Amino acid sequence: MTVSLSTWDVANQIKEQFPDAVSEINDQAILVKSESLFEVAQYLKNRPELDFDYLNYISAVDYFDYFELVYQLTSINHNHSLILKTRCYGRDNPTLPSLVSLWRGADFQEREIYDLMGIRFDGHPNMKRIFLWDGFQGHPLRKDYL
Amino acid sequence: MEVVQRYIYSDTELDRTEGEAIEALKARSQQPIPDPDKWLDEELERNILLTSLDAILDWARRSSLWPAICFPACCAFELIAANASRFDLSRFGMEILRASPRQADLMITAGTLTWKMAPQVKRIYDQMAEPKWVIAMGACGISGGIFRSSYNVVPGYNHIIPVDVYVPGCPPRPEALIHGIRMLQNKIAKEHIAIKLSPL
Ligand code: SF4
Repeated sequence: MTVSLSTWDVANQIKEQFPDAVSEINDQAILVKSESLFEVAQYLKNRPELDFDYLNYISAVDYFDYFELVYQLTSINHNHSLILKTRCYGRDNPTLPSLVSLWRGADFQEREIYDLMGIRFDGHPNMKRIFLWDGFQGHPLRKDYL
Repeated sequence: MEVVQRYIYSDTELDRTEGEAIEALKARSQQPIPDPDKWLDEELERNILLTSLDAILDWARRSSLWPAICFPACCAFELIAANASRFDLSRFGMEILRASPRQADLMITAGTLTWKMAPQVKRIYDQMAEPKWVIAMGACGISGGIFRSSYNVVPGYNHIIPVDVYVPGCPPRPEALIHGIRMLQNKIAKEHIAIKLSPL
């Protein structure tokens, strides 16, 4: 079975490289700052002991004050996984770095999140709606969408 | 940030393959194919049919209703069950589901329709040759069902195409669908060729 890596151990490794990146750790997930998301993801992917070569999913949650994004990463070689989270403030034009250049699987999922939650991804090659049509007003999975 | 874009097919390659196929077909098709129905003329001269044209046309139409494929959601499974051996729609002359709308007379709208899909369904309906009929199957087909107030669901197929028979249920059982089909057949039996014109 896939082993969930200890978030505390991985967070310590991340902190060695990027001292300011991690903002919160609990048993389930590591919360990183959105500015360092790309660097941390790149590090998790490229470090041979971690080797997260597979992105299971990206999910977005609307907590009114902020949006929280959940990334589940898996290493197929080492058969272990990790959950990474980040937060994104502001409702008018929330923006996060895109991870498409690391994992191609992020492509459609980031478009879906943009479509339904209205979070833009910087550096995405094709940032447009995917389920709804061009010209649809609003982002329907937001809690304040009516 | 540099993102490398890769496509499964490069566009030009696809175009070139398509072009070659068309050229090959064109080269093969220079001569017209002889009419396979020529012998019909001789046969018909020896036959005289005495009946009302309406009766025979309606009989032919209602006994070979071929449905077009339009199954956007879960109701499809009841339609598939209705088609399979237990309920056996072929008893009513309609075992063939046509992938091409040109060969279909009946659209059974088995499922929830989203606005994004609606233009395609409309196009399939428009491409069906006259005369054509529509059965709205399931709560979603009738009114949008449980998704009626959603931001992306068409509240009933009758917003985009004219519907002849409504079959309620979520999903309707195959018996209900068959009942709906029988009702449609009764409706067709009463039609006059002169007045069946699609409103759209
Ligand atoms: S009526 Fe029920 S079974 Fe049919 S498509 Fe709608 S939700 Fe699915």
